Amino acid sequence: MTYLAKPKLIRPDTPKNALGYTRRDYEGAISTLCAGCGHDSISAAIVQAAFDLDIEPHRVAKLSGIGCSSKTPDYFLGNSHGFNSVHGRMPSVLTGAALANRDLIYLGVSGDGDSASIGIGQFAHVMRRGVNMTYIVENNGVYGLTKGQFSATTDKGSKNKRGVVNTDNPIDLVGLALQLGASYVARSFSGDKEQLIPLIKGALCHRGPAFIDVISPCVTFNNHSGSTKSYDYVREHNEAVNRVEVILPRAPITAAYEPGSLRRVVQHDGSVLHLRKLAEDYDPTDRIGAMNHLHERHSLGEIVTGLLYVDSSAEDLHRHLNTVEKPLNKLGDAYLCPGSQALAALNDSLR
Amino acid sequence: MSKAIQSCNDFVIKFANVNGSGSASANDLFARSVIRMGVPVAPRNIFPSNIQGMPTWYEMRVSAAGWLGRRGGCDLMVAMNPQTWDKDVAEVDPGGYLVYDSTKELPRAKFRDDLTVLGMPLTEMCNRQYTDARQRQLFKNIMYVGALTALLNIDFAEVEKLIDEQYRGKDKLIAANIQALKLGWDYAKSHLPCPIGLRVERADMIGERIFIDGNSAAGLGAVYGGATVAAWYPITPSTSVVEAFTAYCRKYRTDPDNGRARYAIVQAEDELASIGMVIGAGWNGARAFTATSGPGISLMQEFFGLAYFAEIPAVIFDVQRGGPSTGMPTRTQQSDLLSCAYASHGDTKHVLIFPEDPYECFELGARAFDLAERLQTPVFVLLDLDIGMNDRLCRPFSWDDSHRYDRGKLMTEEALEAGRDFGRYLDVDGDGIPYRTIPGTHPTRGAYFTRGTTRNAYAKYSETGADYVYNMERLRRKFDTARSLVPAPILVAAKQPTAIGVIHYGSTSAAMNEASTLLEAQGIHADSLRVRGFPFADAVLDFVNEHEQVFVVEQNESAQLRTLLINEGEFNPKKLIRVLHYDGTPITARFISGKIAAALTERKIAPLRKQAAS
Repeated sequence: MTYLAKPKLIRPDTPKNALGYTRRDYEGAISTLCAGCGHDSISAAIVQAAFDLDIEPHRVAKLSGIGCSSKTPDYFLGNSHGFNSVHGRMPSVLTGAALANRDLIYLGVSGDGDSASIGIGQFAHVMRRGVNMTYIVENNGVYGLTKGQFSATTDKGSKNKRGVVNTDNPIDLVGLALQLGASYVARSFSGDKEQLIPLIKGALCHRGPAFIDVISPCVTFNNHSGSTKSYDYVREHNEAVNRVEVILPRAPITAAYEPGSLRRVVQHDGSVLHLRKLAEDYDPTDRIGAMNHLHERHSLGEIVTGLLYVDSSAEDLHRHLNTVEKPLNKLGDAYLCPGSQALAALNDSLR
Repeated sequence: MSKAIQSCNDFVIKFANVNGSGSASANDLFARSVIRMGVPVAPRNIFPSNIQGMPTWYEMRVSAAGWLGRRGGCDLMVAMNPQTWDKDVAEVDPGGYLVYDSTKELPRAKFRDDLTVLGMPLTEMCNRQYTDARQRQLFKNIMYVGALTALLNIDFAEVEKLIDEQYRGKDKLIAANIQALKLGWDYAKSHLPCPIGLRVERADMIGERIFIDGNSAAGLGAVYGGATVAAWYPITPSTSVVEAFTAYCRKYRTDPDNGRARYAIVQAEDELASIGMVIGAGWNGARAFTATSGPGISLMQEFFGLAYFAEIPAVIFDVQRGGPSTGMPTRTQQSDLLSCAYASHGDTKHVLIFPEDPYECFELGARAFDLAERLQTPVFVLLDLDIGMNDRLCRPFSWDDSHRYDRGKLMTEEALEAGRDFGRYLDVDGDGIPYRTIPGTHPTRGAYFTRGTTRNAYAKYSETGADYVYNMERLRRKFDTARSLVPAPILVAAKQPTAIGVIHYGSTSAAMNEASTLLEAQGIHADSLRVRGFPFADAVLDFVNEHEQVFVVEQNESAQLRTLLINEGEFNPKKLIRVLHYDGTPITARFISGKIAAALTERKIAPLRKQAAS
């Protein structure tokens, strides 16, 4: 937490992206979260991703529920519209927003309480409905704002600050997202921005529901020994399946890789995901394989991260509904109102 | 034996059927036949919460005077359900008529001496004519319509014409239906005393009117009102609102060039998600609505508070049914007023609209979208099962092509570019309504963080008392502005000056109009005011002030509109007298006039002039 506002002055050599914006143009209000909170690193990663992708800030709509994580959209993309809705219901509000205007980029930010407990129903349905969005869960395994209760993603056997052991089974949102039809599924760690930023970039370019579970330690209530969501624990048990690089359609491909170590996935918008293999025989286009791998590694106590699954040809909700290309919120009266003549004919049929 | 009832163009006929037997379309055909004879009808479905096999009734009032409320009583029973036979036979008024299937002989004790019994072997006739089980069932219904056509002296050609219109393009069906109709008609003509004492005589009392149910009209209103996003969860009796919206959108909102949809309809996982989607779409600048009933309203409470406080337009069609809890899901009530008017925790107040019939479901339903965007708040259109799910004669729908949607106070890209001051929650015009931006309007200006938490006039998070109070007072001003924007009440003045007033709303109007006539015949003169919106317009408050006794007629147990009047108008509760009907059946004129007359007698109020009352 910092009380000092950054200076507004921008040095002439400050890097600008293709649109002429600096990184600062993608920042938001000053964070009110605890110093060292993993969530702030995720906010920074989102800022970097949007800057790198040359996204016009007003083309993003950021939505959240309630909780520490859901406060963060105030702290990034200050020129984007945001909506801090009600607890566990971000998915429905985002779905409605996405129906209204298919042209914006929708970013939903949620937490483990918001998505795995009160909001698990809406989480499930937004995935299976195929809403075109990036869904980030800032997963710290604890209720922060209400001071340290276990959440539904707390591992069985994990200890809280007072030493109480959690006896309930955890919900794995990544497993659920895979099963429910998310077409881009990843897990990352707030302490690994090298991994996180490209994953967010890939998700923002993806068409369809892109889900990223970001383990984000709570420095105040869940960063002690005995917790499976502490910085130390996650660093020790993190097993990445791959490293991702997002290549925009306009960028020349410069990096050279050894043949066989790289997999290219072309997404719907023309962006290319370069996946550098880390785990033997891991195929990120095999949904069933991904689920099996996750279960196997979980039983060994590993936290599997990376881009776990991607389907670059997935269809989204607008395709299913066969809506017109023009955003519904931009259709004028003439396109919407059938008029008095049609009504007169209808009246005739009702006599 | 009582004398057989003799009545022309004024009687009640009731069909006792089994649900799922295909009787609905036959009964509808019969109702339309009477309308084609130029005679007003008011039919009502009385049905259980069930798909197949349970008793269901279709009660139809034929009224030359044009009364569309439920009358009560029954002059002719078409008893097609053995399960409810005893009850159905008992229900017929003395001197009435009983039409039944005489295939199986029934003991004499099963009949009444004071009824004219008209048996026809429907099952036997069908079995002889058809081999297919479903056909036997469906055409049995058409056969009794044929018989009734003869018994009531309805012009056979009118029914034939209706069948022809209904199945145009499916010629096989036309021939088969007309054949069944003719079989019934022939049988009645040769075996029964046609016509009976109840008759339909050709008249000219329909005029321009149309015949449709309120839910369909509301769905159409949403199309005309410019709604592009509908999110809903199935619940009786509101489901057909979205079904109608879907059908009308397919018809009117399919892009002629590429067949794509200028609308999006999502069946959500529950009511919480439905209203969440509506609010998300409203926030993002699309006109959006949901349709639900009481239990859905309960589930949506938290979101209503968010939309109220974050100031997001939304339209909610609430087709009310009997509560609390699952209550009476297929019976009518007006019992959601309070849960809508003050929906959600904290200090909230919401805009309500009360349509009386399908015409207003369309008209006010469409207008609700303008109102929601003008006021940037949820607007509740409160129908009930009686007008929602029953066909009702009403004025034809009309639309002014010069009308442009009122999108309310929007900050444009140009205004933002020009540097106009933008405070999302700033009261610029003094009417409490702030300006808003639609996401994506300007690259660097006009974005804000929408939240249900307190903020200052510039949408910055603030827990400062002064900021909170400024906001709440502005919301009060906005609500006050709404008083002049909601549909104005409609006054029907008594023929003589009177100190007695009656306030009613929604579907009660049909019975109320008739009740005024009944009261007048007893020398009781009462002005009546039909409330069409909340917050109450000045005219509503004035009406209460100008009368000494005001009866408030409602279809709920706790006098909810009366509560709103007392609370908002600060009236003396003693002045507002309850007239409450809440057994799940639609209110009748007999009930209203009876209660009012009794109350006046009890209070020893001379039911005459103002001077006499004082």
